[in-house]
Amino acid sequence: MPIEILMPALSPTMEEGTLSKWLVKEGDTVSSGDLLAEIETDKATMEVEAVEEGKVAKILVADGTEGVKVNAPIAILLEEDEDASALDGYSAGGSTAAPAAATPAPQAAPAPKAAPAPKAAHAPTSGDRIKASPLAKRLAKEAGIDLANVTGSGPNGRIVKADIESFTPSAQPAAHAVAPHAAAPMATTTEVGALRSGGADYLAKLGVEAGTYTLEPLDGMRKVIAKRLSASNNNVPDFPLLVDCEIDALLAMRKELNAQAPEGVKISVNDMLIRAAALALKHVPAANASFTPDGIAYHNHADVAVAVAIDGGLITPIVRYAENKGLSTISVEMKDLAGRAREKKLKPQEYQGGTFSISNLGMMGIKSFGSIINEPHGMILSVGAGAPRPVVKEGEIAVATVMTVTLTCDHRVVDGALGAEWLGVFKRYVESPITMML
Amino acid sequence: MSETSFDVIVIGSGPGGYVTAIRASQLGFKTAIVEKADLGGVCLNWGCIPTKALLRSAEVFHNMQHAENYGLSAKPSFDLAKIVKRSRDIAGQLSGGIKHLMKKNKITVIPGFATLSAGKPAPKVTVEGKAYAAKHVILASGARARTIPQAGLEPDGKYIWTAREAMTPDTVPGKLLVIGSGAIGMEFASFFSAFGAKTTVVEMVDRILPAEDEEISKMARKSFEKRGLTIKTKTQVKSVKTDSKGVTAVLSTDGKKETHQFDRVILAIGIVGNTEDMGLEKLGVKIDRSHIEVDDYSFTGVPGLYAIGDVTTPPWLAHKASHEGIICIEKIAGMNPHPLNANAIPGCTYCHPQIASVGHTEAQAKEAGYEVKVGRFPYVGNGKAIALGEPEGLIKTVFDAKTGELLGAHMIGAEVTELIQGYTIAQKLETTEHELMETVFPHPTLSEMMHEAVLDAYDRTIHF
Repeated sequence: MPIEILMPALSPTMEEGTLSKWLVKEGDTVSSGDLLAEIETDKATMEVEAVEEGKVAKILVADGTEGVKVNAPIAILLEEDEDASALDGYSAGGSTAAPAAATPAPQAAPAPKAAPAPKAAHAPTSGDRIKASPLAKRLAKEAGIDLANVTGSGPNGRIVKADIESFTPSAQPAAHAVAPHAAAPMATTTEVGALRSGGADYLAKLGVEAGTYTLEPLDGMRKVIAKRLSASNNNVPDFPLLVDCEIDALLAMRKELNAQAPEGVKISVNDMLIRAAALALKHVPAANASFTPDGIAYHNHADVAVAVAIDGGLITPIVRYAENKGLSTISVEMKDLAGRAREKKLKPQEYQGGTFSISNLGMMGIKSFGSIINEPHGMILSVGAGAPRPVVKEGEIAVATVMTVTLTCDHRVVDGALGAEWLGVFKRYVESPITMML
Repeated sequence: MSETSFDVIVIGSGPGGYVTAIRASQLGFKTAIVEKADLGGVCLNWGCIPTKALLRSAEVFHNMQHAENYGLSAKPSFDLAKIVKRSRDIAGQLSGGIKHLMKKNKITVIPGFATLSAGKPAPKVTVEGKAYAAKHVILASGARARTIPQAGLEPDGKYIWTAREAMTPDTVPGKLLVIGSGAIGMEFASFFSAFGAKTTVVEMVDRILPAEDEEISKMARKSFEKRGLTIKTKTQVKSVKTDSKGVTAVLSTDGKKETHQFDRVILAIGIVGNTEDMGLEKLGVKIDRSHIEVDDYSFTGVPGLYAIGDVTTPPWLAHKASHEGIICIEKIAGMNPHPLNANAIPGCTYCHPQIASVGHTEAQAKEAGYEVKVGRFPYVGNGKAIALGEPEGLIKTVFDAKTGELLGAHMIGAEVTELIQGYTIAQKLETTEHELMETVFPHPTLSEMMHEAVLDAYDRTIHF
């Protein structure tokens, strides 16, 4: 029987992806472990391996097709002893109708001659349907909770009993907070064509004429950024704390370290800030925490996520157990993660999770800024540029290299005094960098 | 085979360990598994599977003895050595299967006993003098039968057996004493009594299968007594003495002492975790009465060290270990699995009649503060059960009266161990009574009783 190759789910959150490139062509023989295709997911490009062996009989989804649903058939393999006639049921569909080809129901058995044509109109309707368990629906109804306001923790965001029980009305976005730029209609539409017209309608309603702009479809990463950061902005009561750090000593130590470092190791200011942050998290464990509906999770390790700008967006690879890692380890690891991030070759486990984040725009000359909390992290540190500034020392004006950092805290976990305590420890490490070598 | 550095090392290849190793490999971790004996662990070699093989022989034998009821005739006899051989062959076949699975998933198998010592990011693993390093070490070392040497309750190579010895018996004892009426005790009592052993089961508390719903315990007791078993509840074994003739046991029921003679004794008084000699104490692993304490995601508190399955907290079931392992490794991989809900783990006992349950018993539900609706349906009201010649049994459901949540299901009778999964799925998907009532159950099947037991909870049963 022909074997269908299905669009794989390469990460737990992946619902659809782009089939960027086939690495085999029709007629090729493949065996288990051979690379078949490159798939672009939410945040990364990954290769798909063959699980079965056989001959690639038909490629159903062409190179570069976007919005291919997870588990949609993308190609068909024939086993050794089969010939093309086993494919009779597949001949329609084909690789011509791009995204639609991904949706016809699998017809594994050779279909009769009068096989119905694949239903092109079978495109999934909008993403408006809320997935919830029957029990969750009933509980929500009784409690008067609108399921649209509940975040589901089950598979594919399915709302389950625990989500209703832990739901607090304060988590509902207040009416005034729903600014026009909350791009809900765009984010819930997955078909590329629909998105275009949806986008045009959207802007037309806001008075921007069609034809005065080019519309770039949302890719997986942009959708995730939009969804996660909107959710964070709605859910997390955050506040900023600013502090100036003098970094002359840190710069001097960096220079000295790099002069003595083995070849290939070049420690950056950012690497030192990662270490300082990790040590501060270890020193103030109460600040290394996440809010959960069941309680506050105090993390055993400082897993520091570092925002890396990449083509088309950003991603936050994680230096795990950073409190246990020396500067050179952090530096080498960060270099590798950032490099692979730019090639979109990170594995999901390398950018999902973490306990704290750092975003550094210092190299772009930004003096100071605030960031949006990257849930489930309790805090995010925004690092501005270090520059010579006048400071007052013992009553005299002097010049020092000063860097302003902003700590944005999730008030559900980190209160002002706790955030300030953490920032004080961080500043101490940064201003007396020798202490972070201990 | 000279690899010594891995992403994940799993210690123990029972249903917790080998399943975890396969999932780890699927997630892209370079994985090794350490096993001191046969792949598959106790479950496959000395537990779940070989006992099911033995019990199948007992079931066929029982049916042969009752062939007349079906219009057949048979002259049943048995060969214990062949029954045991069949059980051992099946275990051997499946252990070979695990070997194949390890190979297929590119998992390195390290034979030997593992010890742990401090290391970063995870403890170092030493097997047969060779050191291995991993980023994550998952302990799945399992458990073994509990013994009480002070009271003479330990295997002596002849008269006193644990499950392990009882699985390869040299004889069907004339008179058998089974100490403990949990799943293991009742399965062996069922097996040996089917082949003619005059069997006595003693239990400390006031009912057998104490983990099950009271109503089910009661029915099970009746059914066992009907088959000729002697059941003594609220009974303790005061002492056990062996001599050349057999075993003299002093039993005490409500303070009254009785002395009985037996040919063999089976100890089924629980298990102890395999936590010794691995260097766990030195690492600072928290161990509570031989079982390791872990968090929701199986983390031991020692960096890089996790523990799953029987060596951790109850329930001590193979499928719990497997599932726990998958959650643990997915969490390590940065995924977001839900922690295991101990109340959603089904339990099965393969004695005759079979017993299966999931979730709260009626008493537990009430204790937890629920107002409950209880449904029941007896086997005698089911066409398929009658046709099978298995008219004894009951299916019972417990619902939250307020929300319609299925809090628990409890079953006794033919094939209930295969039926329970229907309710387990319903629970996991959080269906209410409404969806269960709307579900079409095929006729004629035993499963129709599951439908009726739901209907009965809402006074809508059709066939009884």
